[in-house]
Amino acid sequence: MSSLLEIDKLSVTFRLPTGPVTAVKDVSFTIAEGETLALVGESGSGKSVTSTAAMRLLPELAETTGAIRFNGEDLLEVTPKRMRRVRGNDISMIFQEPMTSLNPLHRIGRQIGEVLVKHKQLTGNANRQRVLELLNQVGIPEPERRIDSYPYELSGGQRQRVMIAMALACEPKLLIADEPTTALDVTVQAQILELLKSLQAEYGMAILFITHDLSIVRHFADHVAVMRYGEVVESGRTLEVFDNPRHDYTRMLLDAIPRGRKEPAPADAPVLMSGRDIKVRFPLKKRLFGKSEYFEAVRGIDLSIRRGETLGIVGESGSGKSTLGRALLRLLKSEGDIRFEEADISGLDKSGMRPLRSRLQVVFQDPFGSLSPRMTVGDIISEGLKVHHPEMNRRQREAEVIAALEEVALDPAMRNRYPHEFSGGQRQRIAIARALILKPELLLLDEPTSALDRSVQVRVIDLLRDLQKKHGLTYLFISHDLSVVRALSDDVMVMKEGRVIEHGSVEAIFSNPREPYTQALLKAAFLESEAAA
Amino acid sequence: MTSESKPYSGEQPDGAPLPAGGPNPPRSPDPKAGAAPVGESLARDAWRRLSQNRAAMASLGLLIAIIVVCIVGPWLLPWGLAEVDWNAFGTGPTLEGAHYLGTDANGRDLLTRVLYGGRVSLSVALVASFVSLVIGVLYGAISGYLGGRVDNYMMRFVDIMYSLPFMFLVILLMVVFGRNIFLIYAAIGAVEWLDMARIVRGQTLALKRREFIEAAHALGVRDTKIVTRHLIPNAIGPVIIYVTLTVPKVILLESFLSFLGLGVQEPLTSWGVLISEGVDMMESAPWMLLVPSFFLAATLFCLNFLGDGLRDALDPRTR
Repeated sequence: MSSLLEIDKLSVTFRLPTGPVTAVKDVSFTIAEGETLALVGESGSGKSVTSTAAMRLLPELAETTGAIRFNGEDLLEVTPKRMRRVRGNDISMIFQEPMTSLNPLHRIGRQIGEVLVKHKQLTGNANRQRVLELLNQVGIPEPERRIDSYPYELSGGQRQRVMIAMALACEPKLLIADEPTTALDVTVQAQILELLKSLQAEYGMAILFITHDLSIVRHFADHVAVMRYGEVVESGRTLEVFDNPRHDYTRMLLDAIPRGRKEPAPADAPVLMSGRDIKVRFPLKKRLFGKSEYFEAVRGIDLSIRRGETLGIVGESGSGKSTLGRALLRLLKSEGDIRFEEADISGLDKSGMRPLRSRLQVVFQDPFGSLSPRMTVGDIISEGLKVHHPEMNRRQREAEVIAALEEVALDPAMRNRYPHEFSGGQRQRIAIARALILKPELLLLDEPTSALDRSVQVRVIDLLRDLQKKHGLTYLFISHDLSVVRALSDDVMVMKEGRVIEHGSVEAIFSNPREPYTQALLKAAFLESEAAA
Repeated sequence: MTSESKPYSGEQPDGAPLPAGGPNPPRSPDPKAGAAPVGESLARDAWRRLSQNRAAMASLGLLIAIIVVCIVGPWLLPWGLAEVDWNAFGTGPTLEGAHYLGTDANGRDLLTRVLYGGRVSLSVALVASFVSLVIGVLYGAISGYLGGRVDNYMMRFVDIMYSLPFMFLVILLMVVFGRNIFLIYAAIGAVEWLDMARIVRGQTLALKRREFIEAAHALGVRDTKIVTRHLIPNAIGPVIIYVTLTVPKVILLESFLSFLGLGVQEPLTSWGVLISEGVDMMESAPWMLLVPSFFLAATLFCLNFLGDGLRDALDPRTR
């Protein structure tokens, strides 16, 4: 097969006021017609910059050298007018974030149809017919009704399907998919990949697939190129690269799967926290008279955690797992009994909870949002000390901060810096230090690793496991990532629509799931952790 | 992983470079980061960054100069505020009789009047902006943070204040307290904080859902500390921009009041009054318009640059 897209010694340099930064260095690869090439790398490796360069969508301060040949035509040389004809018609793109890549003010039918008006001069009824056909192809139920929906009426998976329909409208020869499944739940992720695969066969298009997730690559791509720091470190046929990785970095990426299990807590450990019939509901519509409407996020859950134990709470987005965690820590109003060391804490108000706060701590998912951008790392970590140990003076607090930073393997000299100067993994360590400095007994971990790169994830998990052992911590671990849960938990609770549908030990759930939903979750996730077995 | 492109040095194991997702260019290594002084507070840090901003520092210098000249100048000049030079009616800038910037139609020295007027305009601007800043920021932050019913009542009160005609409010104050320059401060301050409260409330609503606020709750931080330590510092950018927009508004509002006979009265004057007088004499005595306009424009210019500089300096992300 002839090559459709040929990227030849592509370099991209951003001319920043602080000096030039080279994001992509001498990258070369080719994609043949109808073939899939996966561009793999962790955040900051330049994979998105490479694909954006192919669409000529980089900001103006980017300087591009080399060649991007599409059907023999160098896209870096063509006029902007010609480029507009190429985009959407010959090459189209789908993005990571289906929530924000559709215009919220237009009906989806119109957004898909727009491409057809532009490139195929298809208007009126013919346009609508083609849009319906596309919606059908991407598996949107009831296309006649959905064509007039607004994006907010669709789920994340459906929006991504709409994006795909839009990208396919002109039957492009090349589809660039930039992390198309990262923001989606695992089961939806599997469906979308399946869909892309079948559409690829139907249309005979090539796919440039950008991802950080190696397990997807194995199932999906013919060829793979691994990028790091803007360079391709290894490329070749997927199976060859996976079976016989030559570069250390590839090997490290393939290896970066959370392994091992947690040592079980002693059988006679006392119950630290328990909840009975916990319910959380949010008001949807408030009415002055009559009944208000509520959304029930958590619909009656019982649980208990023993000291030193880790309870994993698993579920897809919207299952109520984060809400349950926040309710247990009394960060949200809830109904039902919550006991901490036998004492009922569900009736305590803010000041009643304050003495307990140092013993119940939390680490959030988003390491970029959970640290105040205007405080230094030292101030962030020591804030809890000011509340719970007002007797400490500045020097004592400083000593505690240094100890906490050392505990999470960060250089204590960095305590005077601001959060934006740190990478995602480092920020998550700062968040862990902020929780640990109060010497908590129960730590709520709300997806602490899901915003991180795989290799960073593995190290954060190791850190969490070490800390638990050292301090006898009890974890309430919320995650959608089953391989991480398996590596950290004693017990697992599977949640769906605010209810627990299955509860048992890690071994029982993973080797012998009873509920079809759990089975589906495991099946979808095993796409990922197959390599671990 | 090797450390070749680590943005910041140190033995941290997560050497991943900062994300360069999508078209956002990756951050460059900061050459100064290693030498960051120890124990910097946000204020000192902000001052260091502000002092590196030349436009802002020049503006700050000029602004201080204008203020000092307005305070000290009238004592040094030979003419008084209402002193009439019977030899010079409406003369242009001249050294004769020490009318460096000319006189007005009544033979009063223009420079003297501009400096006296500057005292009034600058103090109104300062007091009214400060009042609107303090009340508006606190009111907005509390309203947004508490939310729910309290927020509803607090913002409805703001709506009621908005719906009161400004003139009516001023006249009412005049009737009750009599004519007094401090009434202008009070009246303008009472109106200007409304916008600020709305802006800060909007910022707060967006901020209070952020995880770092939730983390502060989980630490058991008191509400007052959450508002002062977490919410207000993070809402400061739009606040500073709005303050720099408030100052010219206030100066113009004062001249409008004075024009209607509700503000400062002859012989006392302000920049706004001098400009409106100058407009009438524009063709025969252009300096009467140009001189006070220059002072006003220079002040507003400086405030804008200083405001931009402050906004950037208070944000640790801009190094």
